[in-house]
Amino acid sequence: MATTYTLIDKTEVGSGGTSSITFTSIPTTYTDLLVKLSLRGNDNSRVATWINITFNGSSSNRSWKRVYGTGSAALSESDTTMRLGSVNANASTSNTFGNAELYIPNYLSSNYKSASGDGVAETNATATQLDLNANLWSNTAAINEITFAPGDGTGWLQYSSAYLYGIKNS
Amino acid sequence: MAATYEPIATTTLGSSANSVTFSSIPSTYTDLIVVYQAGVVSGAADLSLQFNGDTASNYSATYLYGSGSSAASARTSNGTKIDTTGLGYMDTTLNQSNIIQIMNYANTTTYKTCLVRVGNAGNGLSAVVGLWRKTPEAINSVKLFSSSNNLAVGSTFTLYGIKAA
Repeated sequence: MATTYTLIDKTEVGSGGTSSITFTSIPTTYTDLLVKLSLRGNDNSRVATWINITFNGSSSNRSWKRVYGTGSAALSESDTTMRLGSVNANASTSNTFGNAELYIPNYLSSNYKSASGDGVAETNATATQLDLNANLWSNTAAINEITFAPGDGTGWLQYSSAYLYGIKNS
Repeated sequence: MAATYEPIATTTLGSSANSVTFSSIPSTYTDLIVVYQAGVVSGAADLSLQFNGDTASNYSATYLYGSGSSAASARTSNGTKIDTTGLGYMDTTLNQSNIIQIMNYANTTTYKTCLVRVGNAGNGLSAVVGLWRKTPEAINSVKLFSSSNNLAVGSTFTLYGIKAA
């Protein structure tokens, strides 16, 4: 049986950083998509930042919920956007990157697109967060482009990375 | 490179049904992953899990849930199933997308644990850890079933096998 977990594309951020990471021209040959992220935002005033998500460049018809732990409490919130919760920003411990994962089932279907994921930010001696996230893009178009941008600050720092995998169910 | 993530079976419902069962699961993998995106034909329902047709009180689970405004946690002991929708539920959309990871499923010496990530931006999201405590045996079937209303047409279920080597 064929192996179906295939690297489609990757971004490894170089010197100077980047304002966002975008995967374009995503092929239509898979069933699901999976993105693995290792990120550090450039906001010098925060220990953590959101990852804002955009499909096909659209900023409408989006919804998001998360449940998260701060180290002292468990909380939940929602918004009319799409996000993966916290990864490290530039006030966190040096050389520390947050990890996150986004899973998008049936990205080619004519139904609305759900995407779930998790994100973590850890820094010594200051409370950060770990998150579970649920996103919905209420749009029937196939996903052909995904963008990840920081919610705080203006970009991702050098050595941030993102890997896009395609998963086939046959 | 060795194949380590392989589709074992997949189902897309062409007509409504109460359950989906993956049976005769080969024991040649290390872990299993079930990915599903599902809804129900009317109202709301949970989607529950049983292994090897076991309907006895051999299941327990702990749930973490976020509604979008508050967080909660709960657990069940000596239950007859694991609720893979956590403390949320499916509705008539197909917006419920979950990932179930079943670790070390083929061994015959330990109880079996699964982790579930429950994603539903409308009804809330959960994380679930489930435990099956029947006298240890390899998992050879996974049944997913609705607590009330039938599963909707277009619901998709895929079982993957993961090899450690």
